[in-house]
Amino acid sequence: MATTSIPASQAPGSTTKLNYLNNGHTLRSWLLTTDHKRIALLYLLSVTAFFFLGGFFAMLIRLELLTPEGDLMQADTYNKVFTMHGMIMVFFFLIPVVPAVLGNFLVPLMVGAKDLAFPRINLLSWYLYVIAGALFLHCMLNGGVDTGWTFYTPYSTAASNTNVIEAGLAVFIVGFSSIFTGLNFIVTIHRMRAPGLTWSRLPLFIWAHYATSLIMILGTPVVAITIVLVAVERVFHLGIFDPRLGGDPLLFQHLFWFYSHPAVYIMILPSMGVISELITCFSRKRVFGYKFVALSSIAIAVIGFLVWAHHMFVAGISLYAAMVFSFLTFLVGVPSAVKVFNWTATLYKGSITYATPMLYAFGFIGLFTIGGLTGLFLGTLGIDVHVTDTYFVVAHFHYVMVGGVVMGFLGGMHFWWPKITGRMYPEYWARLSALLVFVGFNLTFFPQFVLGYVGMPRRYWQYPPEFQVLNVLSTAGASVLAVGYILPMIYFLWSLRYGPIADANPWNAAGLEWQTASPPPTFNFDQTPVVTWEAYNYDEIPEKELEAPVAQ
Amino acid sequence: MSKYLPLWPDQASTMASQVDLLYIYLLLVAGVMTALIFLAVTVLAIKYRRRPGVAAHQIEGSTILELGWSIIPFFVMLTFFIWGAVIFFQERTPPADATEVYVVAKQWMWKIEHIEGQHEINELHVPTGQNIKLIMTSQDVIHSFYIPAFRLKQDVLPGRYTTLWFKATVPGRYHLFCAEYCGTMHSGMGGDIVVMKPEDYALWMAGGSSTPLAENGRALFSSLGCSTCHRSDVKGRGPDLAGIYDKPVQLDDGRTVIADDNYVRESILDPTAKIVSGFKPVMPAFQGIVTDEQLNALVAYVKSLSQPAQGSAALQNAPATSPGQPEVQ
Repeated sequence: MATTSIPASQAPGSTTKLNYLNNGHTLRSWLLTTDHKRIALLYLLSVTAFFFLGGFFAMLIRLELLTPEGDLMQADTYNKVFTMHGMIMVFFFLIPVVPAVLGNFLVPLMVGAKDLAFPRINLLSWYLYVIAGALFLHCMLNGGVDTGWTFYTPYSTAASNTNVIEAGLAVFIVGFSSIFTGLNFIVTIHRMRAPGLTWSRLPLFIWAHYATSLIMILGTPVVAITIVLVAVERVFHLGIFDPRLGGDPLLFQHLFWFYSHPAVYIMILPSMGVISELITCFSRKRVFGYKFVALSSIAIAVIGFLVWAHHMFVAGISLYAAMVFSFLTFLVGVPSAVKVFNWTATLYKGSITYATPMLYAFGFIGLFTIGGLTGLFLGTLGIDVHVTDTYFVVAHFHYVMVGGVVMGFLGGMHFWWPKITGRMYPEYWARLSALLVFVGFNLTFFPQFVLGYVGMPRRYWQYPPEFQVLNVLSTAGASVLAVGYILPMIYFLWSLRYGPIADANPWNAAGLEWQTASPPPTFNFDQTPVVTWEAYNYDEIPEKELEAPVAQ
Repeated sequence: MSKYLPLWPDQASTMASQVDLLYIYLLLVAGVMTALIFLAVTVLAIKYRRRPGVAAHQIEGSTILELGWSIIPFFVMLTFFIWGAVIFFQERTPPADATEVYVVAKQWMWKIEHIEGQHEINELHVPTGQNIKLIMTSQDVIHSFYIPAFRLKQDVLPGRYTTLWFKATVPGRYHLFCAEYCGTMHSGMGGDIVVMKPEDYALWMAGGSSTPLAENGRALFSSLGCSTCHRSDVKGRGPDLAGIYDKPVQLDDGRTVIADDNYVRESILDPTAKIVSGFKPVMPAFQGIVTDEQLNALVAYVKSLSQPAQGSAALQNAPATSPGQPEVQ
């Protein structure tokens, strides 16, 4: 540690030190920046906007489902609302949220680099995201799209009379934004690690982002091509997927899920990386089984490419294909379970504090455990036949994708907020919001498991009256969840002005990002750090006096 | 089951109790696992909370533990896989004696044709204790035939047949849902499965007069001119169809395929796709000429030429020619 530069923490009220935030105040200095930290903030703004837009559609869904009759909106409107909710949340929020915001900000800092390998491509990636987002908003205001986020053929190519092409184009473009991010991370992690920072010393956050990037660059082109094929069939009536034109609708599902199942790991792996950082810091311990946690990320990325047809057990694939994919699905369960066990074991003989990021990490373990275990139900053939395309599936993937990804993201945002902004968030309100998110989430989605097993299909605008009580419970939970999500928005904004000033390392955490100032200077480190220690060397870092800095 | 807060679906088929048993096993295992992890996290988080003067004790890890918690869960999951696959195998293997019912899906209704000729819309009447096999296709987009009380579901695709079989056990009226999103009235594309005691079912079947499906097919077979070539008395231009159903067929490219429902269907719509060895590709395509209902009737007729033993009304009502020698006009 002696060889690295550890700038003195800023004195409260000091504004003299130049950092990435005050290095240029013009709009131009933001819109033409190639600083990965500024691009991360640009992403944060746009991703948050889409999160609340997607959340608005979620509330419309929950309100419609308060009653069995379709009474709040027309059937066609409802179909567009759930489609828009899905597309926005998947393509414009869940996939970019952790890599493009936290990853963008932290990957260069954690490997001790000045920036990502291709800063201009990084900016291009954000512009592609914005163009795709604008296109999608235009599509939405122009009447929207009603195919479901899955674009299933021949509905999307022959039956739907909504803006399928424009929505598809938006997804196509946003895919390239994701490919560029992945490309940047892979090259940066390979080529730009600080001296001494060997692969076995990398933070698990970096391992997780490395695995994610592999999926991004290998999987995303497939969905891009598939969307192009949908457009070709829709516009030129070239028979690819529609049997009336000589095509095969199952071919679409194979191509779509070949990307879209691994995409689930694009979403969850970076959050898993966040959780590894949080658990080690707040139990003051090296992670239990570093190598196994690191390699489990790679294993998930690789095996994740081999399980796509488990979305198609009742779609008309052969009996034996279904059995093979069911078996492979259980294989991918192993590395996920390994992570959960190792996080739990890391707590053993630790010195644990319960700051907000740690509360989110606990929440993540709880929700991901339920989400993962119910995934095993769906991988089990005899069960999947009954529960696929019901609310059981809806509950399952929300536990993984919202319970997992959003808990990881919020945990990470609280943890790195002082690094990003130089200010602490208010601890009391943050803990309250963590609690509200956890309770609200379970109240929203747990009833949906029951709803699915008793047989309510997904994407239903109206439903038989006996399902109403469970739906009302779910809607009630959603309103608690909404409060839990809006609270951090408010107090994060508040803290920008009134939050206590944070020093370089308010958590006394390991990791290179904590060895530079908060907020960091434009080129991250005054001197290139030289790493002589293993990751999570908490035995060498003293604990703070206070449990956590608390706002007045 | 509470009317307002259903926690468990009705059990009305032979598969339902099997699926539920496996589900309960999974719930138990998942419940125990969840409880263990919640308990471990809670206990560890409290026991090892920060105390003044007590530092964390660094532990590198343990290969034995890692292997243990990789391999043991894997074997537990293997029991899920095997049990689930066994049930799935039964679900996907219709018994030979199953009574066939044709289902045609379209936005947004289910059209049912019984082999005896009864037609229904958004309702399917079936007797208890009898194996029923649905042969399903769609006229437009993908739909999915879902009966929660039977724990069964199968996507219904345009351009091909998919099948679903069951044996109902408890008389009653059960939900039929479309489970694959299919457009505006997806959530309205439902109906009822009416399970009846065999004697009630026989009464229901006897009500109303209708022509058996294979009989319709037979009429079509001659009116469409199929019978001019597909004949057994003289060497026709097309293969004799008697006895071919569900048997291997030698194709002219050397492959052998089974003449199942999907093969017969394809050979009517797109005859040149698979040419039987020894014949020329001279048959016209019927794609766009016959409706899905007519196609079902033709398939049922071709099938009836191979199933002399089947006790269905279709053959009993057929004229007294041997099944091996279809009447030719």
